[in-house]
Amino acid sequence: MKEIIIDGNSYKFDPGQTVLEVARGNDIDIPTLCYSEHLSITGACRMCLVENKENGSLETACTLPARDGLEVETDNDKIYDARKTVLDLILSDHPMTCMTCEANGDCQLQDLAYQFDIEESSYGSKKEDRFELEERNSFIVYDPDKCILCGKCVRADSELQCSDAIEFSERGFKTKVAAAFDEGLGGEDSSCVFCGLCVENCPTAALSYKPARKKGREYELRKQRTTCGYCGVGCQVELNIKGNEVIKVDSVYDDTAPNPDGEMCVKGRFAYGFIDSPDRLKYPLIKKDGEFVESSWDEALDYIADNLSRIRDEHGGREIGALSSARCTNEENYIMQKFMRAVMKTNSVEHCARL
Amino acid sequence: MKEYTAIKELPYYEELDFYKKQKRIVLQNCGLIDPEKIDDYIEKKGYQAAAKAITQMKSKEIIEEVKKSGLRGRGGGGFPTGLKWQFAKDAEGEKKYIVCNADEGDPGAFMDRSLLEGDPHKLLEGMMIAAYAIDADEGYIYVRAEYPLAIRRLKKAISQAEELGLLGENIFGTEFNFKIHIKEGAGAFVCGEETALMASIEGKRGTPTSRPPYPAQSGLWGKPTNINNVETYANIPFIIDNGAEEFNKFGTENSSGTKVFALTGKIKNTGLVEVPMGLSLRDIIYDIGGGITDDKGFKAVQTGGPSGGCIPAEQLDLKIDYDSLKEIGAMMGSGGMVVMDEDTCMVDVARFFLTFTQSESCGKCTPCRLGTKRMLEILERITEGEGKKGDIEKLEQLGKVIKEASLCGLGQTAPNPVLTTIKYFRDEYEAHINDKKCPAGQCDALKGSYVIDEDHCIGCGQCKTVCPADAITGKKQKAHTIDPEACISCGACAEVCPVNAISN
Amino acid sequence: MAGLAKSFGSGAMTNSIDEIAGNDLIFVIGSNPTENHPVIGAKMKRTVKNGTKLIVADPRRIELAEYADIVIQQKPGTDIALLNSMMNVIIEEGLEDTEFIEEHTENYEELKKIVSFYPPEKAEEITGVPADTIREAARLYASQDKSAIYYAMGITQHKSGTENVTSITSLAMLTGNVGRKSTGVNPLRGQSNVQGACDLGALANVYPGYQSVTDPDMKDKFEKAWGVEGLSDEVGLTVVEMFRAIDENKIKALYIMGENPALSDPDQGHIEAALEKVEFLVVQDIFMTETAEYADVVLPAACFAEKNGTFTNTDRRIQKVNKAVEAPGEAKADWEIICELSNKMGYEMDYNSTEEIMEEIAELTPIYGGVHYDRLDKEKIQWPCRDREDKGTQYLHKGGFIRGKGKFYPSHHIPSIEKADEEYEFIMMTGRMLYHYHTGTMTRNSQPIDEHVPDAYVEINAEDAEKMGIKNGDRVKIGSRRGEIETNAEIVETVQPGQIFMPFHFAESPANRLTMDELDPEAKIPELKVTAVKLQKT
Ligand SMILES: Cc1cc2nc3c(=O)[nH]c(=O)nc-3n(C[C@H](O)[C@H](O)[C@H](O)COP(=O)(O)O)c2cc1C
Ligand code: FES
Repeated sequence: MKEIIIDGNSYKFDPGQTVLEVARGNDIDIPTLCYSEHLSITGACRMCLVENKENGSLETACTLPARDGLEVETDNDKIYDARKTVLDLILSDHPMTCMTCEANGDCQLQDLAYQFDIEESSYGSKKEDRFELEERNSFIVYDPDKCILCGKCVRADSELQCSDAIEFSERGFKTKVAAAFDEGLGGEDSSCVFCGLCVENCPTAALSYKPARKKGREYELRKQRTTCGYCGVGCQVELNIKGNEVIKVDSVYDDTAPNPDGEMCVKGRFAYGFIDSPDRLKYPLIKKDGEFVESSWDEALDYIADNLSRIRDEHGGREIGALSSARCTNEENYIMQKFMRAVMKTNSVEHCARL
Repeated sequence: MKEYTAIKELPYYEELDFYKKQKRIVLQNCGLIDPEKIDDYIEKKGYQAAAKAITQMKSKEIIEEVKKSGLRGRGGGGFPTGLKWQFAKDAEGEKKYIVCNADEGDPGAFMDRSLLEGDPHKLLEGMMIAAYAIDADEGYIYVRAEYPLAIRRLKKAISQAEELGLLGENIFGTEFNFKIHIKEGAGAFVCGEETALMASIEGKRGTPTSRPPYPAQSGLWGKPTNINNVETYANIPFIIDNGAEEFNKFGTENSSGTKVFALTGKIKNTGLVEVPMGLSLRDIIYDIGGGITDDKGFKAVQTGGPSGGCIPAEQLDLKIDYDSLKEIGAMMGSGGMVVMDEDTCMVDVARFFLTFTQSESCGKCTPCRLGTKRMLEILERITEGEGKKGDIEKLEQLGKVIKEASLCGLGQTAPNPVLTTIKYFRDEYEAHINDKKCPAGQCDALKGSYVIDEDHCIGCGQCKTVCPADAITGKKQKAHTIDPEACISCGACAEVCPVNAISN
Repeated sequence: MAGLAKSFGSGAMTNSIDEIAGNDLIFVIGSNPTENHPVIGAKMKRTVKNGTKLIVADPRRIELAEYADIVIQQKPGTDIALLNSMMNVIIEEGLEDTEFIEEHTENYEELKKIVSFYPPEKAEEITGVPADTIREAARLYASQDKSAIYYAMGITQHKSGTENVTSITSLAMLTGNVGRKSTGVNPLRGQSNVQGACDLGALANVYPGYQSVTDPDMKDKFEKAWGVEGLSDEVGLTVVEMFRAIDENKIKALYIMGENPALSDPDQGHIEAALEKVEFLVVQDIFMTETAEYADVVLPAACFAEKNGTFTNTDRRIQKVNKAVEAPGEAKADWEIICELSNKMGYEMDYNSTEEIMEEIAELTPIYGGVHYDRLDKEKIQWPCRDREDKGTQYLHKGGFIRGKGKFYPSHHIPSIEKADEEYEFIMMTGRMLYHYHTGTMTRNSQPIDEHVPDAYVEINAEDAEKMGIKNGDRVKIGSRRGEIETNAEIVETVQPGQIFMPFHFAESPANRLTMDELDPEAKIPELKVTAVKLQKT
């Protein structure tokens, strides 16, 4: 049996697993920023450094393949110093605006700064923005100054959504993630389809959902998984709710879902505003003299029952038809057809499958 | 060789001082043949090694021979070439590639260029042998676009070789097929790093990727690939022709053969030199290079390109090879050698080299992208007279982490000039920070006010006349004085003083 | 889905979304996944990036065409000729899977006979697709080990919809691309629960689980289970038939739950007249829709985020819908409303939860026999799932067709009802677009979406536009034999000259005012993809 030694203990592993995967599978904590199990691995952030005991070198656990007899350490002074220095450097180019930041409480960088106890970068904090805020579209706000260049958005875009809408541009210290010709996600030549996967993958608030801005903090939100109400793919989604309002929609990562890597489209991600629309129907309405008048449920249902009974009894159930709905649940469709068949004695119950 | 008698009549190299301690394997034909004539090359026993390898040797034998020769990668890393070929040979895959790294991004380096322009067939021959050895049938030469002549000559060489059936199908009547493409590089320094180079050939953004997987397992388009530097390939024909033992005669135990260096800086004879490994720095600088210009004092030599280390006078007798250089914090690199004299400010040198590497960082990994930036900011502060206590320690700590934590060779070596200058010239850093002085007098912000040595001043008054700040007072024939508050350190006074009584 | 059920014995996607990654070849015909099923579209691109081959056949040059090995732009309404010709090539060149045909299919001789009339050169005349392209596509499809076909409304919304589908099923059977992982014939469903609505019997001819209403055993079974007598054994009316029946005074009352036929259904003028005319109309919806305006009673319903239940997605996967927020005002879940109404009418429907309803469904619906709420939270369940032990079915027809043998139903080319002529020079196709959904009740009431794509438009080919002096954003008038609408022009290269494309989500430019309600006689799906229209700059 093949075994790898981590912090003095032996662990079994599957071929192809990395040290990070083996470690995480055994509850050994290794900090990461650019790693995601749903994306390819780039080893860019360098937070996951571990020490290879064969030669004392530091290597990134996320890229290091597990191999028989390999011995690594995940926590010692040298590792701590390197990780802390990396984090310190990232923070030296990150605005310290957690107070008003959308990601406060939901920021991997903030979590690591807390863990490593860095209040402010030892190189001084970032005082001035180096880039322009990009918010010329209806869905996504991009603040490059908060970007730590982990590249998860770029990979999600090209590997999962396959839009190839964003790429790294410039080099070195000037590197930034940009859409075509740096004209923004909504630019003329942008191939962005606003699936929101980039935002979903962003560890900070460099990318955030525009409609959700200033609507609530992570810790104020209630989460509810459900099935998306749009097309027939049946994506699993997580509604984020504050009070009684849906604030945003996050991805769900579940192998039993048709979208196991959190894939979604613009409708599933952003078309939830109708739920809370002031134009929603709230009370039964009965048309009296050509005008709709609010009524009680009792009155409305009695009125319907009377009319349907009358028509059924006068003309027979076959003169009554019903359209059930491809947007209603299975249970509702069942109930509707049962009602039509058992009570109206007709099979004229359909829906718009054919459209 | 009919019409080129003129070239043949060049003076014998061996007779010149410059060439006495050199040994030319790689540059053997450069300057002696017409690089645009394949016949010239063939006359110099060209393509004999390829013929021998392809028709008489098994790939295993070739790889064994290269291993035995002890040849190590000349692109900088010094990885044993035979072993690298072995990995590529052993990798599973129908399709394999050979890549030649001719990006030569180090500023001031031109060893590869000289070979490409002076003897392109030698490279093609080396690549052919490598391809045959690892079962590749396609090769790429990645040349920087700034080398138009090299590109033209390579193209010509390839088409000549194709015409003679030396490239193409069924080479030497065997089953072996091989074709070579040229890819022009866009010029970023980091594209010389092998994984970035291959990404660039594939048309992607030229940024390094994490290894493993190594190119031998998954290289160009995910296929097993062997990548070597120009000079590495150029050594192959010699090894196959003359055998590993002959090659082994040159160099040291762990670094056999020769190395081409580009000698520059404050040295009398500048240019390309090819010497056996193990020669001392002193031999190269004084015997071949003829010593320091203006016979000034030697201060340091920087080897290995912009991320090499600065070696002080104490180490002049170091026998240079891959390992000895690494041990003292420097490196072989691609063979740059910059000589510095006593007037050089070592803090400024560190800043200069870091400016280059910092601006060439690809930006992918944190330590290199932000670490080199912060290091440079500190160095700039120091040279501007705003160094703080703790800066040296911070540079050392940060430099160490950047080296250990960076993704590719660029970051892993970028702090070298800083760390070696701190190691060998710490007092210069301290003078900048603590005394606000630049001992070499190079850092403008730290040039102190000028003073007149009263014992020597003859009171001629010339200094007073030229001083633009009216900072000098004194009666004729009496010693003058400079008001340090008013002095702007322009040095005009010192220049005109007939008795050299003024200094800063 | 009649064509699919006819050939194979089941009308659902044969394979699964998860299997796209394993396709060797993807053949997309009459479907625009990146706009209408974006997550599936992205998965296809991902697979193709990893080396899978792709054939795209669509009158419009859809986004996936950019990734395709072969792009086919057939004339609207010529899919049968195209598919017949591909089969012609496959048989001519001996690329068919003889073993599969012998073992698993019937009526092959008939197929051979009919497709022999469609050599590529002849098909080129009908479809406008170069003969060699047809040949290449046929070879590519037949040569891969795992070829899968994906289609949608572009195939079904034709008078010849059923024959279009049976031509697809024939192609798959001919090459043995059914009943194996990562192959199959896969209709992509447009709405969240179309599959479920079909499965649960919202169809005029079947009880839940496709159990025929004309089968006396079924009638018996449901009468017992529901405690009633006299269930009708007569097939009911379909949507378009119902509206015609209103015309003919044969339907007096209509109960519409969560649909908006005034906008979604063809020949809008006719629909409106029917809604006006019907004696008693109940509409239950989340918004005051165009349809609701005609109602006698409008009932406020909860939307998907406000109720519990399940949806069955396009790959037969049953998944939970969970209540996240309270419905506004007094709005209630649709099932609760119907139950209360039923109780008032003297037929007790007493369920405490949707889970209880699902338990009843499982009991009466063999293909849902193993569907229980507690399983849905942990397992991937795709029907058929017959009992608790059954893990569900990732792909259908493994080792043999549900109907026994798969049947070839070959057909000759069936011309569309309308053709372009002197007066109506253009062929209009209708469809959906990425940002909006169906009749727009949901998307157009969601601010960022509506802000991003606020207006209706019609896609016009650049050449045509230039000839007619139409520029991007110009107002244009589009008229058919049934009506006239106005909208904005969007000049594109993706539609071919002589064709225009229009999304139907927009009430202010309702495309369905122009379409006709001519039905595919079997599937009863209207021909929405081919309408002759005239186009004019206003
Ligand atoms: C930043 C960077 C730049 C490099 N540039 C070059 C170059 O210009 N030429 C070269 O041959 N190798 C260069 N290398 C080294 C290559 O990555 C690689 O080691 C070499 O091509 C391998 O060939 P060799 O084994 O023959 O030395 C560079 C490495 C780094 C990290
Ligand atoms: S997580 Fe390993 S380098 Fe970023």
